[in-house]
Amino acid sequence: MSLRILVGCKRVIDYAVKIRVKPDKSGVITEGVKHSMNPFDEIAIEEAVRMKEKKIAKEIVAFSCGPTQCQETLRTALAMGADRGIHVEVSGPEYETLQPLHISKMLAKLAKDEQIDLIIVGKQAIDDDCNQTAQMTAALLDWPQATSASKIEAKDGSLQVVREIDGGLETIKVKLPSVVSADLRLNEPRYATLPNIMKAKKKPIKKLAPKDLGVDVSPRIQVVTVEEPPVRQAGAKVENVDAVVEKLKALGHA
Amino acid sequence: MSSLLFSRLLGNVNRGCQTRRLLPVIATFSCPQQRQMTHYPIDDIISGLTDEQIQLRKTVFDFVQKELAPKANEIDKMNTFPEMREFYKKCGSLGLLGITAKSEYGGSDGGYLDHCIIMEEISRASGAIGLSYGAHSNLCVNQISRNGSEEQKKKYLPKLCSGEHIGALAMSEPGSGSDVVSMRTKAEKKGDYYVLNGNKFWITNGPDADVLIIYAKTGTGDTKPQHGITAFIIEKDMPGFRTAQKLDKLGMRGSNTCELIFEDCKVPASNILGKLNHGVYVLMSGLESERLVLASGPVGIMQACCDTAFEYAHIRKQFGKRIGEFQLIQGKMADMYTTLGACRSYLYCVARACDRGHASNKDCAGIILYTAEKATLMALDAIQILGGNGYINDYPTGRYLRDAKLYEIGAGTSEVRRSIIGRSLNEEYK
Repeated sequence: MSLRILVGCKRVIDYAVKIRVKPDKSGVITEGVKHSMNPFDEIAIEEAVRMKEKKIAKEIVAFSCGPTQCQETLRTALAMGADRGIHVEVSGPEYETLQPLHISKMLAKLAKDEQIDLIIVGKQAIDDDCNQTAQMTAALLDWPQATSASKIEAKDGSLQVVREIDGGLETIKVKLPSVVSADLRLNEPRYATLPNIMKAKKKPIKKLAPKDLGVDVSPRIQVVTVEEPPVRQAGAKVENVDAVVEKLKALGHA
Repeated sequence: MSSLLFSRLLGNVNRGCQTRRLLPVIATFSCPQQRQMTHYPIDDIISGLTDEQIQLRKTVFDFVQKELAPKANEIDKMNTFPEMREFYKKCGSLGLLGITAKSEYGGSDGGYLDHCIIMEEISRASGAIGLSYGAHSNLCVNQISRNGSEEQKKKYLPKLCSGEHIGALAMSEPGSGSDVVSMRTKAEKKGDYYVLNGNKFWITNGPDADVLIIYAKTGTGDTKPQHGITAFIIEKDMPGFRTAQKLDKLGMRGSNTCELIFEDCKVPASNILGKLNHGVYVLMSGLESERLVLASGPVGIMQACCDTAFEYAHIRKQFGKRIGEFQLIQGKMADMYTTLGACRSYLYCVARACDRGHASNKDCAGIILYTAEKATLMALDAIQILGGNGYINDYPTGRYLRDAKLYEIGAGTSEVRRSIIGRSLNEEYK
């Protein structure tokens, strides 16, 4: 098998950063804040690189959509082992209202243009927690999907995927081409070593605009307000179970 | 959020908790053992790093924060790093150990600035292991890379770069510290071998090293003392070589240091590094790059001081407000911030110049002179900001101070560094 894999890499606020809401409540502060690749997308890239090392894949294309700084995210993907990058530039207010549907349409068009056999994305992004892109992309392409993958095995033109679901683990077989979304336990991503960082410098990143892919990124939603979660209230101690039930009823929770 | 269960974050889950839950929880509970310090970001645009160097810092930071930082306190307490060999191998696989060596020998074809960045981030996590790393990667690997013959490089560099072997360098003796050229360890030629007799002291990585660079006197009585020194590459198993007691140090605990003893140690003549009786040139030029790279140790420690103290000042509340909002603390933090920025900028500038082949002994001595003294003072400030908590060993600030102090002594004491610069200036006015 020699698959061409497309991997989606989203640039998000780093997981360790304390999120702060803008004073005008229009969003969170992103200016000057440390960003990195979505951790689930790192897992996706790692899986693609491992498939290339096992000679199952022949080429890995990393994709990112967003402002100019997405190039850094793509450089990380290249340093981990992707072969080339595609950056679809969207910035400003259009970027603020970008939705999984827009990204899915881009991924679908790229999959056709670049003759992709397998799309791997992280199962969700840590900023919006949508968990929609893989599913929507599969639907747009009419490809089978295997989401929340914790193990992928390639066998003659199809993939055997173990999925993490609420009840436990589900093993399914999907024919290629397909869309897979990576879950936490799929693998542990490698660190980009200095030699690979240097090699990544020479790998190409193609820049595109959304209209080049025929995708309209005008907003479909309007953010009304963004607020911090409510401050945790103090609890109350009660003597016995009956008192608990009384309290819950009084507060309107039962 | 399920993303909080992300395995790589599991080591930092309390870091995540700290940033996403209410901060006052930390002030009321004392759970410092679990607590990971969040980090004050470094502005690499100001420090002038290239995109690759910024990525390098990120890689090293992510790696050491996961693999080393959680163990730093324990390493210091126990004066040992049990997982040291595995850690070195992991560093090796990331290409961190032979950063300035050529890739044909297993190195990473990097420069001194790259080396400084790595050293800084490792020291930020653990000053002791940072020093140990510096001794291995600069004192040993870089010296062999710069002065070794083809056979020596092929024989020793690959395993030193992969982390399978640990390296060290020994010039100081119990009776020869600042006056290193007065060393007494002798190497007498006997056929194809040299027989070494003597001892070395304060040798970092001594207890664990597989490959060591040793300076010994080969000159006869009538040559000038500095012209009779030769550098040798010793292997741990060579007959007549042994290590003695591990030293119990004030700081840099976990960076194993010991005395080396040579009793009729037989070394093949092919293991001379550089030229016979020309060891002083290896030594002195080595000292320049040593001072440059080791100067990033204090910069890393200073960054750790800012990481810890700035965060604490914005959590700890007294008199109804965060102590960081009182002017005297604001002043302290401002001084810490600016000093760190100045030190880092000076360091990177000197490193860049060295990468262009423009090494100046004034600036190499100058950079470690300056950063080392500033680091000790900054660690004292960090302790002061943490107040009573700074005085307890549950918090890392005491370790920062004890680790920082070493840099005023090792690689030439501050006094020697000042003499070098002063004398160099005198020469310019002759």
